[in-house]
Amino acid sequence: MSLPRILAVMRKEFIQIARDVRSLLIIFAIPLILLFIYGYAVNLDVKHVPLCVYDRDGTQQSQDLLKAFQASEYFRIVHLARDYREVVDDIDSGRCALAIVIPPRFADDLNAGATSVQAILDASDSNSASIGLDYTRAVVAAYSSRVQVAWAQNRGMAPPVPPLDVRSRTWFNENLESMADIVPGVVALVMAVVGAFLTSLTIAREWERGTMEQLISTPVGALEIQIGKLVPYFLIGMSDTAVCAVLSVIWFGVPFRGSWTILFASSALFLVVVLSLGYWMSVVAKSQLAASQFALVATFLPTFLLSGFLFPIDQMPVVVQWITRVLPARYYITILRNIFLKGTPVRMFASQLAALGIYALVLVIMATRALHKRLE
Amino acid sequence: MRFFQALERIRRMLVKEFLQTLRDPRTRFLLFAPPIIQMMVFGYAATLEVKHVQFAVLDHDNTQESRDFISRLTASRYFDLQLRAQRPEELRQGIDRGDFLLAIQIDSGFAQDLRGAKGAQVQVIVDSTNSNTALVGLGYVNEISAQFAQQYQMDRIRRTNPQLVGVIPRVDLVERPWFNEGFDSRWFFVPGVIGNLMLVMVMNLTAFAVVREREIGTLEQIMVTPIRRWEFILGKTLPFFLIGVFDAGLISLVGTLWFGVPFRGSVWVLVSSTMIFLLSSLGVGLFISTISANQQQAMVSAFFFIMPATTLSGFGTPISSMPPYFQKLTYLDPLRYFMIVLRSVYLKGVGYDVLWPQIAAMAAFAVVLLSISILRFHKSLE
Repeated sequence: MSLPRILAVMRKEFIQIARDVRSLLIIFAIPLILLFIYGYAVNLDVKHVPLCVYDRDGTQQSQDLLKAFQASEYFRIVHLARDYREVVDDIDSGRCALAIVIPPRFADDLNAGATSVQAILDASDSNSASIGLDYTRAVVAAYSSRVQVAWAQNRGMAPPVPPLDVRSRTWFNENLESMADIVPGVVALVMAVVGAFLTSLTIAREWERGTMEQLISTPVGALEIQIGKLVPYFLIGMSDTAVCAVLSVIWFGVPFRGSWTILFASSALFLVVVLSLGYWMSVVAKSQLAASQFALVATFLPTFLLSGFLFPIDQMPVVVQWITRVLPARYYITILRNIFLKGTPVRMFASQLAALGIYALVLVIMATRALHKRLE
Repeated sequence: MRFFQALERIRRMLVKEFLQTLRDPRTRFLLFAPPIIQMMVFGYAATLEVKHVQFAVLDHDNTQESRDFISRLTASRYFDLQLRAQRPEELRQGIDRGDFLLAIQIDSGFAQDLRGAKGAQVQVIVDSTNSNTALVGLGYVNEISAQFAQQYQMDRIRRTNPQLVGVIPRVDLVERPWFNEGFDSRWFFVPGVIGNLMLVMVMNLTAFAVVREREIGTLEQIMVTPIRRWEFILGKTLPFFLIGVFDAGLISLVGTLWFGVPFRGSVWVLVSSTMIFLLSSLGVGLFISTISANQQQAMVSAFFFIMPATTLSGFGTPISSMPPYFQKLTYLDPLRYFMIVLRSVYLKGVGYDVLWPQIAAMAAFAVVLLSISILRFHKSLE
């Protein structure tokens, strides 16, 4: 081990990165662009549900009910249908996610007692549909109780009181904004992909261009190559993480309740994991194409789908839950959400930190051993 | 005669490409095994279903009414009772630790208030670290409470003013969920996973297609042969197209046979639009290949396209929830159109009459991008 040799490899790597404009772009611009696209586009909040209404009654009462939908920020009336065929078309084509059909005699039935409205919904997107249905129920229930109060007052009776009131308090993400739990996940996703990606090409490129032989003929050792190649990417990765984390708080307004020290400590650990993973792939695959495909298969879709970034892990079948345990990003995302939203003490996520530590150790050793063998 | 010569040249090119792609056992493995494995794993993973929500309850009232309310929650398949707490601190600590997601506190006097004139209260605390799960979970609690409340209200009216039963006006909601009656999240996401896998695979293959020849230096060799540029591009893309069609068939079968997603549309609509989508992804990949100087650049560019494309397609989260300018951006994403086609063909069973705008958009992408690639390729030959 010699520091000058490591520094020489680092310098070479820095020059190589700095010379390639696109490499620079992926390092600095892509994390930011991804943070913005994912931060804004990955949003599960259901608002402005496109609504089609078909009022077959056309009375004051039916119009009152429709006004309640119009006033709600959760709905946006996009079409007033004139016959049932139009309702079907709207739902089939996806122009509307929900149709409210008010039957003829709606007002007459209401004056006589019970009446009903029909909600036809496109349930193919089951999540949005069930949330939209909750909002619909709330609007109809509110209208129903308004009618009851008016009816009771007309008869000089005490207005009916709802017998049960559910008082809910939401902790950690008080406004139930999906941005607050998605954006910390985006930081993890960006780091996982960019990290593994950057390093996955670094050794394979040397093999493919034949510069590896030159590198072997120099007195530099395997471990020195590894450190010299990884440190530049580590520094870049840490600065990317810092920028993304700061933007999450300042730009996206995600609460930050934990400690910055722990954020950087766990991010450093995670970066060592993904960089070593990319490096190891690069050493093993020896071709840029194979290395990048491995990196692609191993990082992007698994992190997107299996880490709990968007889809909650506890809802997956048990076997798939085991598979998610293999994924370092899963632990990192849990840590990030704890730090950002909950601000819980470290002992609450010590096991996740330990898992990342074990991963870092194993992958660093794997990467070191792999290159050593190839050099002989 | 010239046509047959062209055909012959394309055939030779095809043979070369297939040999090159299928010779390497690792590439061979990467072409067919990962799509199926990923389809299985991601098909199971991609669900926003909220079931078996772990919850805790603190019942200070301990009457028949409060127990009845709690049993309505435990009886539902949406909730699993994790803890019967004795003290409020247990609720707070459990939520902090993440032991359960939801805590329900019933104070003493619940049953009395329920019968009385001012109504009863239950407190619900929910961990909203995952806002969607929290929102859906709260929705269930509200729905179950509303049913419970309605029954008590009816009982109260029967007790106090029996003559009013059936006279008090009430508006009921008749719910008609179409296409996915059981609100099965998997039905929505499995077709989406098919689209994602197709895009990632095809893009990843074609982005390297031309640039690899250039980097290894074999492009010069091809240039001296009599092959024309459109023949070259066709010869390059056709193998990946065929592999793509084969993989699409494979994973669609997994989607229907293994995951049991209903297939209500016509197979022909699916096959034809899949082909057009593959052509448009090939177009993007080839375009990237022609503007890249080496494989690393191709890789970076392909990736830079794939990552936003999967999100902006509306795969995971609905496009209608995005900010307006991001909604406009989604029109630049071929996967956006394919996502709608896949889900509509599978679940809604609609045909060309409804889906033609989507199919036309994908076709436009394919034509424009493939033409640009052929034209740009000419320049790089010089």
